[in-house]
Amino acid sequence: MTSALSRNARPGHLELLEAESIEIIREVASECERPALLFSGGKDSIVMLHLAVKAFWPAKLPFPVLHIDTGHNFPEVIQYRDRMLARLGERLIVQTVDDAIRRGIVYEPPGTTSRNLAQIPTLLDAIAEHRFDALFGGARRDEEKARAKERIFSFRNAMGQWDPKNQRPELWSAYNTRLTRASAASDAFEHFRVFPLSNWTELDVWEYIDAETIDIPSIYLSHQRDIVVRAGRICPVSDLFPARPGERVERRTVRFRTVGDMTCTAGVESPASSIRDIIQETISARTSERGARLDDTISESAMEDRKREGYF
Amino acid sequence: MTTTPSAITSAPGLLRLFTCGSVDDGKSTLIGRLLHDSRSLHEDQIDSVRRASERRGQDALDLSLLTDGLRAEREQGITIDVAYRYFATARRRFILADTPGHVQYTRNMATGASTADVAIVLIDARQGVVEQTRRHACLSALLGVSRIVVCINKMDLVGYQLPRFEAVREQFLEFARRARPDGEGTVSELVDIDFIPISALNGDNVVEQSAHMPWFQGPPLLHLLESLPAGGGPVDQGVRLPVQRVIRPNSPDHHDYRGYAGRLASGAMRVGDPIRVLPSGLRSTIKAMHIGPTSVESVSAPLSCAVELHDDLDISRGDMLVGEPSDHAFPGPSVLSAVEAAVIWMSPLPLTPRRRLLLKHTTRQCSAVAVDIPRRLNMQTLELEPKAETLALHELGRVRFRLAEPIVADAYRQNRTTGSFILIDEHTNNTVGAGLIVSDPTDSGGILSVDGIGRK
Repeated sequence: MTSALSRNARPGHLELLEAESIEIIREVASECERPALLFSGGKDSIVMLHLAVKAFWPAKLPFPVLHIDTGHNFPEVIQYRDRMLARLGERLIVQTVDDAIRRGIVYEPPGTTSRNLAQIPTLLDAIAEHRFDALFGGARRDEEKARAKERIFSFRNAMGQWDPKNQRPELWSAYNTRLTRASAASDAFEHFRVFPLSNWTELDVWEYIDAETIDIPSIYLSHQRDIVVRAGRICPVSDLFPARPGERVERRTVRFRTVGDMTCTAGVESPASSIRDIIQETISARTSERGARLDDTISESAMEDRKREGYF
Repeated sequence: MTTTPSAITSAPGLLRLFTCGSVDDGKSTLIGRLLHDSRSLHEDQIDSVRRASERRGQDALDLSLLTDGLRAEREQGITIDVAYRYFATARRRFILADTPGHVQYTRNMATGASTADVAIVLIDARQGVVEQTRRHACLSALLGVSRIVVCINKMDLVGYQLPRFEAVREQFLEFARRARPDGEGTVSELVDIDFIPISALNGDNVVEQSAHMPWFQGPPLLHLLESLPAGGGPVDQGVRLPVQRVIRPNSPDHHDYRGYAGRLASGAMRVGDPIRVLPSGLRSTIKAMHIGPTSVESVSAPLSCAVELHDDLDISRGDMLVGEPSDHAFPGPSVLSAVEAAVIWMSPLPLTPRRRLLLKHTTRQCSAVAVDIPRRLNMQTLELEPKAETLALHELGRVRFRLAEPIVADAYRQNRTTGSFILIDEHTNNTVGAGLIVSDPTDSGGILSVDGIGRK
């Protein structure tokens, strides 16, 4: 790993963001007993993992990396995940929605294609099984208006739920890390979701990936892919998700601005073949990145409702 | 490897600001207007606001829907919690915190204010200065913004008349010259104050100069914000590095590595600099510093780093590395076993003397007992009431605490990080108060040493 951020007397914008994130990550590792870092293989969690490695160098991460695998991921992303974790030599825990369905933790009604909601009980079960008291998430406040409201240390009650009307005050960088942890007497315990990238924007993430030469999954860059146009959106097709009757499969030059499930992530037509190209595209973009996420366009409160239940 | 800084990273420093004011003063509308008129919104965001506005039967875009991100906020048309927005103009980057107006959500307003450089205080031109204006301006000045921009809003509803603007400005100045939020300086002594007549609804003097108010010569709000100096960097002060964690890899490659990891609260350090550890007073010199795997010769605040020292000392989380006073023209921190602070109380259960709390100051957490409340600010009369019995929800007062362990502190006016603490209820685990250490900590009576040298 190399670091190319300049170290001038007056730190630049990316250095300030990095410093704040590293402080948050170290604070969790020092005050919480069983943290884990949520990793999806998306650009935000990649940056978060990179920051965590920097926070503890030359020691290993003092917590495992946790992936909630929907089974509907882009294969390129899963390959990336395994390659990256092997290279770092860090511990990876994979909790799959398929396994949660088999164990009866998740019920998937027939005909369901999106596993977006199925991730919630899968995640909460992983928290209970491993007794995690803090989970790092890569969410950013600029992504979505419910996320814009969330604290950096976001408290979850014993049911794993967020109460947005009663968040703890969070002044300066003095983080209150107190909660009721698992004990022999009680199985119900609280936890934190911690968001070290709260103050980053989409553009900051790409500029940092560029400055630090961080490896990313290939689907972020322009490539040829079979797609169908569904309700005006460019949707990838694959063996698992073939075209529906009447849809015309086309081969187009596309890339993805966010990495979610293949079922809910739409692509954009783009010739951007380098990080620099992506930065230029991000600066001139006319729609927000979550505009390509079908899971957010259900209602005004789609994100808040999922977050209350325990979503990332 | 080379780095090409982007246009934005080389622009004038990031400005952190927040908006506050009473309910219905138009904060969310102003922010929507700033984002909309500075072209910081994406098409799908505008579309979603347009659809939501139509569903509510409103003709025009209801720009407040952009920031009121919670269901309960949209239902009630109020702001409950602080929302953070990120935008940039060609000249500068901004982080904007939209904070609630209701008195019951003052704790959320303080959250947004604690990290800001500039406060935008909105006043409804028809209402003039109300109690919430005073409370928010006092909290802003107390929490250390360097400037308050008073936006006198809804000028369209008072006929864009100069006399009304002047009357409200005079009302605010009269208050600012009288109120002493921390019991010391007045609001007008603590911060710079600007006044702008605006209509957030119509966009007058927000991004564009208003055609309706030719009598106003100043710049519109956004231009003013672009030109304000960035938040005072804590570089030109003594070194303060609260130790967050000791990194010990115990791996064959780094067998003897022992790094003191933390975020520099102020000052700048170079390899070879002498350093002291407080509260122990032990001394050493800096052997090496790293940011991630990169070895660096110098580090300045507010960066995070890991420091190796030449000597093997007993240092753990909660200790602080500080610069040698002989090398700096800066006063050293004080090691305190008792502390006097301006406290913002944020719990429905009032603070009373003899109450035991947890106090978290930098990376140290210890038990604290409230000794007494020498002064309390009456928000109505702006009088400082001596020897109060309680500090109720959202009240400001001076409180003296006795500490179970010593802390290494500066005055809040010198250092926002080493001069502040939070108070935690050990039964509910809630954050119930915020403390700002008074200007001369040696007045606290609990002084153990100044600079780790003199003992009183």
